[in-house]
Amino acid sequence: METKAFQKIYTKITQITKATCSLHATDVGYDEIAVVNGRMAQVVKIIGDEITLQVFGGTEGIPTNAEVIFLGRPATLKVSEELSGRFFNAYGDPIDGGPEIEGEERQIGGPSVNPVRRKQPSEFIPTGIAGIDLNNALVTGQKIPFFADPDQPFNQVMSMVALRAKADKIILGGMGLTNDDYLYYKNVFDNAGALDRIISFVNTTEDPPVERLLVPDMALTAAEYFAVDKKQKVLVLLTDMTLFADALSIVSNRMDQIPSKDSMPGSLYSDLAKIYEKAVQFPEGGSITIIAVTTLSGGDITHAIPDNTGYITEGQLFLRKDTDIGKVIVDPFRSLSRLKQLVIGKKTREDHPQVMNAAVRLYADAANARTKLENGFDLTDYDERALEFAKDYSEKLLAIDVNIEVDEMLSTAWNLFDKHFKPAEVGIKKDLVEKYWPKDN
Amino acid sequence: MEKTNKMTTGKVSGIIANLVYVEVDGPVQQNEICYIDLEGTKLMAEVIKVMGTKAYVQVFESTRGLKMHNKVEFTGHLLEVTLGPGILSKNYDGLQNDLDKMEGVFLQRGEQTNPLEDDKKWEFKPIAKEGDILQAGGWLGEVTENWMPHKIMVPFKFKGKYTVKSVAKEGKYTIKDVIAVVTDEEGKEIELTMTQKWPVKLAIKAYKEKPRPFKLLETGVRVIDTLNPIAEGGTGFIPGPFGTGKTVLQHALSKQAEADMIIMAACGERANEVVEIFTEFPELIDPRSGRKLMERTTIIANTSNMPVAAREASVYTAMTIAEYYRAMGLKVLLLADSTSRWAQALREMSNRMEELPGPDAFPMDLPAIISSFYSRAGFVYLNNGNTGSITFIGTVSPAGGNLKEPVTESTKKAARCFYALSQQRADSKRYPAIDPLDSYSKYAEYAEVEEYFRKKIDPEWPEKLSLLRNVLTRGREVAEQINILGDDGVPVEYHVTFWKAEVIDFIILQQDAFDEVDSSTSLERQKYMVNKVLDIYHTKFSFESFEEVATYFKRVINQMKQMNYSEFESDKFKQNEKELKTIIDEKKAE
Ligand SMILES: Nc1ncnc2c1ncn2[C@@H]1O[C@H](COP(=O)(O)OP(=O)(O)O)[C@@H](O)[C@H]1O
Ligand SMILES: [Mg+2]
Repeated sequence: METKAFQKIYTKITQITKATCSLHATDVGYDEIAVVNGRMAQVVKIIGDEITLQVFGGTEGIPTNAEVIFLGRPATLKVSEELSGRFFNAYGDPIDGGPEIEGEERQIGGPSVNPVRRKQPSEFIPTGIAGIDLNNALVTGQKIPFFADPDQPFNQVMSMVALRAKADKIILGGMGLTNDDYLYYKNVFDNAGALDRIISFVNTTEDPPVERLLVPDMALTAAEYFAVDKKQKVLVLLTDMTLFADALSIVSNRMDQIPSKDSMPGSLYSDLAKIYEKAVQFPEGGSITIIAVTTLSGGDITHAIPDNTGYITEGQLFLRKDTDIGKVIVDPFRSLSRLKQLVIGKKTREDHPQVMNAAVRLYADAANARTKLENGFDLTDYDERALEFAKDYSEKLLAIDVNIEVDEMLSTAWNLFDKHFKPAEVGIKKDLVEKYWPKDN
Repeated sequence: MEKTNKMTTGKVSGIIANLVYVEVDGPVQQNEICYIDLEGTKLMAEVIKVMGTKAYVQVFESTRGLKMHNKVEFTGHLLEVTLGPGILSKNYDGLQNDLDKMEGVFLQRGEQTNPLEDDKKWEFKPIAKEGDILQAGGWLGEVTENWMPHKIMVPFKFKGKYTVKSVAKEGKYTIKDVIAVVTDEEGKEIELTMTQKWPVKLAIKAYKEKPRPFKLLETGVRVIDTLNPIAEGGTGFIPGPFGTGKTVLQHALSKQAEADMIIMAACGERANEVVEIFTEFPELIDPRSGRKLMERTTIIANTSNMPVAAREASVYTAMTIAEYYRAMGLKVLLLADSTSRWAQALREMSNRMEELPGPDAFPMDLPAIISSFYSRAGFVYLNNGNTGSITFIGTVSPAGGNLKEPVTESTKKAARCFYALSQQRADSKRYPAIDPLDSYSKYAEYAEVEEYFRKKIDPEWPEKLSLLRNVLTRGREVAEQINILGDDGVPVEYHVTFWKAEVIDFIILQQDAFDEVDSSTSLERQKYMVNKVLDIYHTKFSFESFEEVATYFKRVINQMKQMNYSEFESDKFKQNEKELKTIIDEKKAE
């Protein structure tokens, strides 16, 4: 790490906790970066001449006489086209054996876009997965997480979505990735021949947890460079944001802040919003779309992390194993894309919104029928048909291994309606039924 | 207010995120505004606590790079907004900076922009005459703002009575020109322009009296107008877990409600939701005035990625602007999404100050803060006999969707209408997901509101509404019984009762916010459809089996939905109505 002659060096630390250390120093700026015993740290509190530093690499083994050097600037990343195809750690240092990046040095965690300079997102991102495209269409400039229990194949689905999304750049922000998952991503991107448009900032389970706090800001600084300066369509993948939030709580608890719900810091909402709100569509064509992963524990979405996330993001995609068909599906009840209205029926066929709603409603009828069945009641003829429909719908449309165009998703749905129901039971506007209901029987 | 003595200055003595300690050299006021000098950039901040010579200030910007001993200048005034013609149709941040005047794509720290236009000329018409005696809020003249008469008033800060000495002649003036001269009780002459300032945290009380609200404020949303009506000048709140439709509902209200002016405070929520308004409102037409929606709207955008401390300011800025327009005799609707973010901003600050926390680490005085804010809404008689109103509806985002949390509970005590969004209804796409039975409007119980309904809508309206509620309640009870006993464990009659309630649910309660026709329903049409569903309720049907009941009522609902989707009283509407009659006749018992 850089050191310059005029930088002041201190060697007297007065207090050390698990994630922070304190010392007396002058002329230090808030948020400034320091190097403590060779580890990167950031100023998080200044009271008089007492400075508290958050040490990203943890404080294990730091002696009270360690060398502390203040760099006189906040954390930065060098940006240029050279970032493409490269792998970095949380500090933005290359971990792929390649050369250092030459480029303009930019502060990470920079200012927000003026809302009046944004454009309303309107570009549909087809993924081929009907559970997404049909029921929860994604739009450039959107921010949306997968909500999934740790045993769900979210990394697979996310890499699939990323590769099909036709983005100019894919930026992976890995937080607490297992080494295997890290290699998995690397492999998939490599096999797809996409490596030159991927940039990765990775903190693995082998790295100190507090380092993760830098990853989203690093990834998004790179994203802003490509979206603003180069007017490119950038897709940012952040996984796993639950581990990011856990790192936040480690730090805030070490700083004696009063925790709010689930021992998370009271500022969790603002902390997460600052990251997710970097998703944007610019009028000049560039955009940042964020797809994240928030792992749940036991499907509990009322926990502070998914709860705050849900309040911030533009919907969520819920993965669940459907035991009837033995496959993972995108759960139509709990998933939501809040931006879908901007594209469905506009960028896609006119019947899209009504078909989507009707199918989900019928699927709900099937769920009710299943409850009846479980409670030992007789099923009506309608119940039976709803259950049959649900199975077909799950298999042919909701399963994550479906890969078809939107028009085909719509005609598949109409065929299922026709197979199991009468038009009045489906409850779609008359003129659409007349136009699209299969005619041949 | 004016201060002649030297302004207090200070130096930074501590920094924890956006809480800064300042060592001061003179007097400071609670809530006084100061500017911290960061290498030439002025960071605006507000005093939130004083201990001896140490002032605690919350900074409305990022404090990155701030150092000990940075200089601070105090201004002698509280957080103020500038009031005058030109506010309408603006997009402000929480501190009333005009966002459109800012340079560049990114918000620059310390950038401040003029909320009004200093050199724009307004067509002024005098109202007051020489010799008139006025008090604060008295009308001196008016200009036309977009299409609305915008009153130029005696400043709200003025105490006592003022005699008008002169008022400018009809003509074009800028907001800086003197448009009137008044003399105070001591005979001192004061020149007045079209603008004035007001500290946002204080209520503007330039009115004679604030009666109980008694008129209906039409919103076009059936489950509100029909089942849980909000009064003009009333207060309401919309709590609900994420994704249950708070924002969609507020946007619907902002598009359709019968108000002269709409103020939207986007407080700590998504930027794209504000962009939606920026994009759509300049295009959409307000059916009442025939004008573009943006012409009656002002947006205060302090989205979740904008400075946290300014979130709190943003709702007060919005309320103060609402009070200003109310004093002109206008009907203002103020919407804030979400008041929970404002409460969270208070919590973040209170935690940094290491105050003794209340429930869920919120500040102890949260209930008082919320209730004094809601109490600024209301219907008023102005001193000149005219009326004006602020109807306020806020959303609440309860943590974990649990309504037993401090913000929801405090708001419930302050607001008179409660629109509870239910996760279950949202999951089954029964939008708007307002739970018809848990929700309430206290206004519906006011004798003067009932009277108003009988006169304006239907002499039997209150009875019809309580019948609707009863049918819905009964439907819910029956549904539970069917769940326990099974479809064939209950008499067929139970299924009929259940489905009659479903008809009300699907046709009155549910409403497609994204359909051109269905999204907004006039009162006349609401009355018509309520009568239709009640006719069905009163109809006796005969069925052989319970299976028949469900299939039949689904047809009825489907047919009535087609009515909801067609223009009221159009040929299509009448055609659908005719087909409905055929369906009804099929199963009508003799
Ligand atoms: N009245 C409605 N009609 C149709 N869809 C709705 C309606 N209200 C909400 N929705 C759906 O629910 C989603 C979330 O609504 P939103 O108002 O953003 O929720 P919240 O603000 O409570 O988080 C919307 O994107 C839309 O898909
Ligand atoms: Mg919302």
